[in-house]
Amino acid sequence: MKPITTIRSHTAVLPYENIDTDRIIPARFLTTTERAGLGKHCFEDWRYQADGSDNPEFELNRPEARGCRILVAGRNFACGSSREHAPWALLDYGIDAVLCSEIADIFRNNALKNGLLAVVVSEAEHRYLLDHPGIELNIDIAAGSIELPDGGRFSFELDGFARHCLLNGVDQMGYLLQHAEAIDSYEQRTAQAA
Amino acid sequence: MTAPRTLFEKVWDAHQVAPETAETPAILYIDLHLVHEVTSPQAFDELRSRSLPVRRPDRVLATLDHSTPTLPADASGKRPYATAQAEAQVNKLEANCAEFGIHLHGWDSDQRGIVHVIGPEMGATQPGMTIVCGDSHTATHGAFGALAFGIGTTEVGHVLATQCLLQRKPKTFAIHVDGALQPGVSAKDLVLHIISQIGIGGGTGHVLEFRGPAIEALSMEARMTVCNMAIEAGARAGMIAPDETTFAWLKGRPSAPQGEAWERAVAHWKALASDEGASYDREVRIDASAITPTVTFGTHPGMASAMHTPIPAAANGQEQRALNYMGVSAGQTMAGTPVDVVFIGSCTNSRLSDLRDAAAILRGRKVAEGVRMLVVPGSEAVRRDAEAEHLHEVFLAAGAEWRVPGCSMCIAMNGDLAQPGQLVVSTSNRNFEGRQGKGARTVLASPATAAASAITGQVTDPREYARTEEAAA
Repeated sequence: MKPITTIRSHTAVLPYENIDTDRIIPARFLTTTERAGLGKHCFEDWRYQADGSDNPEFELNRPEARGCRILVAGRNFACGSSREHAPWALLDYGIDAVLCSEIADIFRNNALKNGLLAVVVSEAEHRYLLDHPGIELNIDIAAGSIELPDGGRFSFELDGFARHCLLNGVDQMGYLLQHAEAIDSYEQRTAQAA
Repeated sequence: MTAPRTLFEKVWDAHQVAPETAETPAILYIDLHLVHEVTSPQAFDELRSRSLPVRRPDRVLATLDHSTPTLPADASGKRPYATAQAEAQVNKLEANCAEFGIHLHGWDSDQRGIVHVIGPEMGATQPGMTIVCGDSHTATHGAFGALAFGIGTTEVGHVLATQCLLQRKPKTFAIHVDGALQPGVSAKDLVLHIISQIGIGGGTGHVLEFRGPAIEALSMEARMTVCNMAIEAGARAGMIAPDETTFAWLKGRPSAPQGEAWERAVAHWKALASDEGASYDREVRIDASAITPTVTFGTHPGMASAMHTPIPAAANGQEQRALNYMGVSAGQTMAGTPVDVVFIGSCTNSRLSDLRDAAAILRGRKVAEGVRMLVVPGSEAVRRDAEAEHLHEVFLAAGAEWRVPGCSMCIAMNGDLAQPGQLVVSTSNRNFEGRQGKGARTVLASPATAAASAITGQVTDPREYARTEEAAA
């Protein structure tokens, strides 16, 4: 995983609550055995019209939303399934950060493990971001802050370990493997107890 | 004397390889890892790229369920996969299991089935265990007093390589269910009601513990239905304390402890229930006696209510959009809504008791003209048991299709799906827009409600059929 320290972008806003992972990447695209290439199907059933052309009504298809790397979504983003295809699809589509007042647990874990900054802001800050689509934000991961165009600053919560991993590109598999001895002794201890 | 602990805390504490600190999450040992074809291929690739073995192949239970066709193979043995990619994905799991030394319950196994059906059925799911799978409905196994939750593919790789996960300790949330369910009201009605009360994000960050007299009265299969849907309230796990019902269900199953080991295990399992005075971060009380057959009316599982209660007015534009998508209006009841397809299956409701519930209503009756009904048993074992009781004959005589086990129309990635605009009464767990096919509309319901609705061609209270049967008896 590449280290990430800051994300600067205009925001794209999907104001809907409870956007589920089937919305983000419909199940019919889960037969892939790769991580790559899911971006073209991200939000597939919202994004395209029946003839395959872009749906002009879909918020992310609007000219001002093109190329935005920060997604502000309605409350309880990415509820539903555990498919890691959801963060893979968002990253491949070009989203680097998701800001929301509430994010589903499994998705948030999956996102952070892939370098997609999925973080929670307060309800008031969330309201402000929803009401001001397209503003440019500068997210500072080390400081846990979001700088607004008017110089104002929001903060977000991020588990210290997740922050450390993002900032340093830490490979969590490598971290776990370093604890092989502790795992061995746990297995010996529990085998004896059984 | 240690402080009183909850069921969750006891299981969590017993599995810490390293406790969490302010800077680092806990390293949690995983007893049982369930694997299927959809969320595992990239994890095996990760192991290959690092030249890592699977640490404990004996703790992995693998099967094929999501991408698999539910129509049988033809005379030449060829299976009707929806796409070449689906077939390639299944082949990939077969190859990965062979390469990494994992026993796969594949096409040739008489144990194959939906991963959350076969784990318990084989006795692999046991009280006090930690169980994970790249699948959010892993919560099902919490019915046995296990801590069971869904993980992503990166974490599937972590568990394959290290048998461990990095985890922050979640909060606890007790759902006390008082009273008793009325006759004709099932665990599915109960859990839909619970989700409608706490909301689809109500359990986020928490492990639910379902407790109280109405929960203790449930069969194991009913408890699995309840825990299965914990994730639909945002909770990664739902748990129920193991008791005599649990032990009786597990005893003698092939992977359950035998002989003296069984006695020791039961003694250990009996100590798992939450201690008197243990405290939870949140608690709520639900009255089971007040629940009547419950279905969803919107596009997420929290939009559920009793089928005879008028649909509530939309609270915002988005809820109105959901009602529009479903083709229903505030003020009307879901009972009487016309139905195109009925699906009985999924890890929520595809076990023998579910099929019995549906067959009891369908026996001697016909599926309404123009309604398609699919019955998909959860596993080969369920299929065998159901056929031994001639339940399949009831379904076939009624005009339903009797299929080969798999996830089928719950996730609709194997070719079993509804057409745009069709309304499906489904015993599955998610009614998200397009979940059962692009443009398809889903009404979540119990097996009994699904069967009754198939007969009339509209959403129907199954108690109407129970009453006629009593009158005839």
